[in-house]
Amino acid sequence: MIRQEPTTSRAPEGTAPLFEVRDLTVAFVGESGPVPAVRGLSYALSRGEVLGIVGESGSGKSASALAVMGLLPSSATVSGSVRLRGEELLGLSDRRLARIRGSRIAMVFQDPLSALTPVHRIGDQVAEAVRIHQGVSAAAAHDRAVELLDAVGIPNAAQRARAYPHEFSGGMRQRVMIAMAIANDPDVLIADEPTTALDVTVQAQVLALLETARRMTGAATVVITHDLAVVAGIADRIVVMYAGKAVESGPVVPVYADPRMPYTIGLLGSVPRLDRPGRPLTPIEGAPPDLARLPQGCPFVSRCPVNVPVCRTIEPALEPVARSDRRAACHRRGEIAFGRIGGAPVFPLPEIASAREESPRDGRPAVLEVRQLVKRHPITTGVVLRRRIGTITAVDGISFDIREGEALGLVGESGCGKTTTVMQLLELAAPEEGRVSMLGRDIASLSRDGRKHLRREVQVVFQDPFASLDPRLPVGDIIAEPLRAFGVSLDRRHGRVRDLLDLVGLSAEHANRYPADLSGGQRQRIGIARALALEPRLLVLDEPVSALDVSIQAGVLNLLEHLKVHLGLAYLFVGHDLSVVRHVADRVAVMYAGRLVEVGDADEVFGHPTHPYTQALLSAVPIPEPGTERQRTRILLDGDLPDPADLPSGCRFRSRCPLFARLPPERRRRCSDVDPPLEPRSTGDHQSACHWARDNPILPAGAGRSRTGRSDTD
Amino acid sequence: MSLPTDPFLAADHRLVPSAGGRTGAPEDVVVLGRRRLVLARLRRNRAAMAALVVLVLLVVAAVLGPVTYRWITGWGYIGQDRTALLQPPSAEHWFGTTLIGVDVFAQTLRGLQKSLLIGFLAAVISTGLAAVVGAFAGYLGGWVDRGLMWLVDLLLVIPAFLVVAVLGRGLGEAGWPVLTLLIALFAWMITARIVRGTTLSLREREFVLAARFSGVSVPGIVFRHLIPNMSSLLIIDATITVATAIIAESGLSYFGFGVRPPDVSLGSMIAVGTPSAFTSPWLFMFAGGLLVLTTLAVSVLGDGLRDALDPGSTRRAGR
Ligand code: SF4
Ligand code: SF4
Repeated sequence: MIRQEPTTSRAPEGTAPLFEVRDLTVAFVGESGPVPAVRGLSYALSRGEVLGIVGESGSGKSASALAVMGLLPSSATVSGSVRLRGEELLGLSDRRLARIRGSRIAMVFQDPLSALTPVHRIGDQVAEAVRIHQGVSAAAAHDRAVELLDAVGIPNAAQRARAYPHEFSGGMRQRVMIAMAIANDPDVLIADEPTTALDVTVQAQVLALLETARRMTGAATVVITHDLAVVAGIADRIVVMYAGKAVESGPVVPVYADPRMPYTIGLLGSVPRLDRPGRPLTPIEGAPPDLARLPQGCPFVSRCPVNVPVCRTIEPALEPVARSDRRAACHRRGEIAFGRIGGAPVFPLPEIASAREESPRDGRPAVLEVRQLVKRHPITTGVVLRRRIGTITAVDGISFDIREGEALGLVGESGCGKTTTVMQLLELAAPEEGRVSMLGRDIASLSRDGRKHLRREVQVVFQDPFASLDPRLPVGDIIAEPLRAFGVSLDRRHGRVRDLLDLVGLSAEHANRYPADLSGGQRQRIGIARALALEPRLLVLDEPVSALDVSIQAGVLNLLEHLKVHLGLAYLFVGHDLSVVRHVADRVAVMYAGRLVEVGDADEVFGHPTHPYTQALLSAVPIPEPGTERQRTRILLDGDLPDPADLPSGCRFRSRCPLFARLPPERRRRCSDVDPPLEPRSTGDHQSACHWARDNPILPAGAGRSRTGRSDTD
Repeated sequence: MSLPTDPFLAADHRLVPSAGGRTGAPEDVVVLGRRRLVLARLRRNRAAMAALVVLVLLVVAAVLGPVTYRWITGWGYIGQDRTALLQPPSAEHWFGTTLIGVDVFAQTLRGLQKSLLIGFLAAVISTGLAAVVGAFAGYLGGWVDRGLMWLVDLLLVIPAFLVVAVLGRGLGEAGWPVLTLLIALFAWMITARIVRGTTLSLREREFVLAARFSGVSVPGIVFRHLIPNMSSLLIIDATITVATAIIAESGLSYFGFGVRPPDVSLGSMIAVGTPSAFTSPWLFMFAGGLLVLTTLAVSVLGDGLRDALDPGSTRRAGR
C-alpha cells in the first residue's frame, strides 16, 4: 500500500482556459442592505489543472463555489462572469444549468451525508447520476454505478451498492460522492472542504482518490479548504481569500516559499508543522472584519503588523508581483520578501517562555497514573424492556502516566476510545477495571468529599467553545462558576475573574459580555480561564483548538504553552491533529481500537515511529510546504477502524496493517494468534505494541533529533 | 468570524492581546454578574417597562383602591345602596351599581385583587413546579425520572374538574387559596414534560458537562444552567398560565366553586354581567377591560423579560 505521489509538474502551457471566473461578486441580503460575501474573484483553469482556494471561515471561499455552481439561494445577488469552454454560465436558466451541473461541472461537498439521500440505496443514487445525463438503460446505469464504486475503492462494490448511506462511514460516503462526481466525465470538479470532517488517514485516502479522479477525467479541479497543508500537496496554483477577496495568488511552490501578502505570511506562520516541532507560531491577532461593515482601505489593516497610513484609505488591488505570474493585494508587496520586510519579520516571533525546566522525568511526581483502565458500554435492544445483548469494550486496558509539568498528547482517530478515556477520567468515578490515581490518590478509594476535593486539581477545556460556555451567563459568571461551587466569597471571586481574564490575554471588560458577543478564539480563552480558576494541577484539553480558524489557533496554542511553563501545569492533550499535538506535547500516546499502540517521548515517537499504525498516521498528515509534501511517501491504510464489537483476533490492527500484508505467512501467524503487548523500543521509555516493530522515519529529515541504536527489533 | 456586538454592553470589537499582553487597568472594571446585566437590559425595553408600570398600577389599585374609595364615597363591595338599583356610572357610584344596588367600582377593585392574586399565584406555582420537576427528572434520569413522570401521567388522567368540584364544595369563604392551589396543581404537567425533553438535550451540552466537572452540585446545575436556558419557554408558560388561571377561576366561580358572592373576582363579575351586556354594559365592561389589560401587560412584560434573559435576542429585535 505504499505509493509514490506523482511529482511531475502538470502545468499546461499555451492552452486557452477551460474554465474561467471573472470578477465574481456575491452579496447576501442583510438586515441593513446587502452584505458582500465575494468581492471580485477571478481565476482561470486549464484541463487537468488543480487550483486550491484557501481561506478562513467567512472569507467567501464556499460562497464563490456555490455561486459558480448556481446553487446559491435566489436572494443572493451574483454578478461577474463564469465561463466554461467560452460559454457563459451565469444567468442561464435553472434547467440548462441543471444539465451542466453534474455532467460538465461536478461538485464534492464537505458533508457527504447531507448530500446523499438517506432513503435510497447508494447504487441507485450513483446510477441515477449516470442516467440523468447519459440517457442509458437502467441496467446499464447500474452496471456503470458498480464500476464507478469499484473505481473509487469501495470494496465489494456490487454488494455494497445495495446499502444505504447511513451504513457507510464518513470516508466511504465521501468516496461515493466522488464516484457520483466523476460519473459523467466532468470538465470541472469542485471540491468544497472535501476532507474537513475526516480523520487524517481517511483524509489521505480521499485526497489520493481526488488525484486519481482528476487523472481519470482530466477535469480542471478546484479544491476549497481552510487547510494550507492540503493545498500544498494537491494544487498547482493557489488563491488565498480574505474578506471576500483574493489577496494572493500564484503557483503553489513560490507562494509557499515566499508569500508577499502579510495575511498569507501570517497564515503560514500560524500553522503548526509536523516537521518543525520547535518552531514558534505567529498568531494573527484580532478577528476578520465584519463584511457588513467593511472598513475603508485594506480589509486586513486592523490585524496587519506592517500597515502604513495609505492602507487605511485605499484598498490594494490584486496586482502582479515583480517578474512572475504571481499576484498579491498589498501596498507593500514590493518590500516584502521571504516573510521579512526591511530585514525584520512581518510577524515578529512571540515571546514564548521556552525555559522548560529539564529536571529528569523520573524525578517529578506523577499527576495522573492510569493502569489497565477498561471501560465497557453495554449494547442494548428494545425501548421498554432493555435487554443487554452484549458489550463493547471502548477502552481495553490502557496504561499511561503524566508527570508534573508535562504534556501528554493522546492521539487517535475518531472511535478509537480517546474521548471515552477522557470522560472516564473526568468523572472521577472508580473504573470498572484497572486503577486510576491522581496526585497519588487512588480514585476508587475516594470518599465523596475527597472526590470533590480532587475536582479542584483536574479541570477540562472542551473542543467547541460555542457549546462549552452557557449562552445565558455573562463571561464573568462563567469564569467564577467553579469558584462559586467551592464557596469562594463574591469579592474574591470578582478579583479572581479579573486576574484570570488578564492571564488568558483578555481584558476585564470581557467579564460583562455574553459568549455570543465574542469570537471563537476569545471564547476558547474563556474556557481556559474557567478551567484555571481553581488552580488545577492537571488540565484535560479535549481538542481545544480544532474548532478554531488557523490564525486564531496559534494564539491559543501559544497561550497554552505559556501557561504550562508559568503555572507548571500538566496537560492531557487529546487530539486528532498530529501537527498540533506535535507542537504541544512532550510525550505522546497513540491509541487504536481501545488500546495504546505506541507510547513515548514525542521526539522519539514522531521521529522514529515503530508501530505501523503510527507510521501510517504520520505519513498521512500533510505538511504545508509543496516541495516537501510532494516528495513524501504516503502509507495509505485500507478501510476503517474495526467494529469494536467484532475485533480481529491477535493484533487489532491486523485488518489494516500494511506491514502485516507484506509479512511472510509464518510471521503473520504470530500477528493473528498473539495480541502484541506494549514492549520497550530503543532508548528511553518508548514502547510500542507490534511483534514486528521496526523504526521507519516517516517525516522528512530534520524532524526528530538524530539518534543511534538499533533500528530494527527483530 | 465577526459577531455583532451588543450595543449596550460593550463598545467595540477590541483586539485581544496575546498571552501576557495587558490593556487598560483591569481594576477599573466592575464585574457585574448576570442579575444586574439582565435588569439593565430589561430597563432599556420601553414596552416592557410600560407593561411593568401598568402592572404596578393595577396592583396598587387592587390593594389600596378599595380603602380609598370607601373613604371618598363611603361604598364597599358588600354594602347595598337601596336607592340606586342598576344605575349607570355617576359621581356617587363611579362604575354604576348592580341589580341589588352594590357599587360596581368597589366590586371591580375587589375582583381585581382576587383575580391578580389567583392568577399570579397559580402561574408561579405551576410554572415553578413544572420547571423543577421537569429539570430534575430530565437531568437525574433513572428512577427519579420514572417516578416523577409516572406522577405527571397520573395527574394528567385524573379529571381535574371533578376533583376541584368535590374539594371546592366544602370550603366556603376561605376557598380561594385552595382553589388557586388546585388550579396550579392541574396546570403544570404538560410543561413539565416539555421541560424534561429540553433538559435531556441540554444535559449533553458541553457547558453542562463543564459545570459538572468543575464541581457544581446537581441543584446548582439545574437552577443556574438548565432552567435559565429554558427561560423563554418558562416565561411564555407563566404568562399564559396567569391568563388561563384567571379565566379558569371565573369558569369555576360560574359553577359556584371558589369565589362566591358576596365576594367577587373579575371572572365572576364577567360571568354575572354578560347576560345583560347590551342593556347595562357597566356591569361587565370594566371588569372585562381590566382582565384584558392585566393579561396584556403580563405578556408584554414576559416578552421583555425573555429578551433580557436571552443575550441573542437584542440583536434580532434591534431594540
Ligand atoms: S495593504 Fe497595508 S494593511 Fe493591507 S496587508 Fe498590505 S501592508 Fe498590511
Ligand atoms: S503485530 Fe502484526 S498486524 Fe499488528 S501491527 Fe505489528 S505487524 Fe501489524
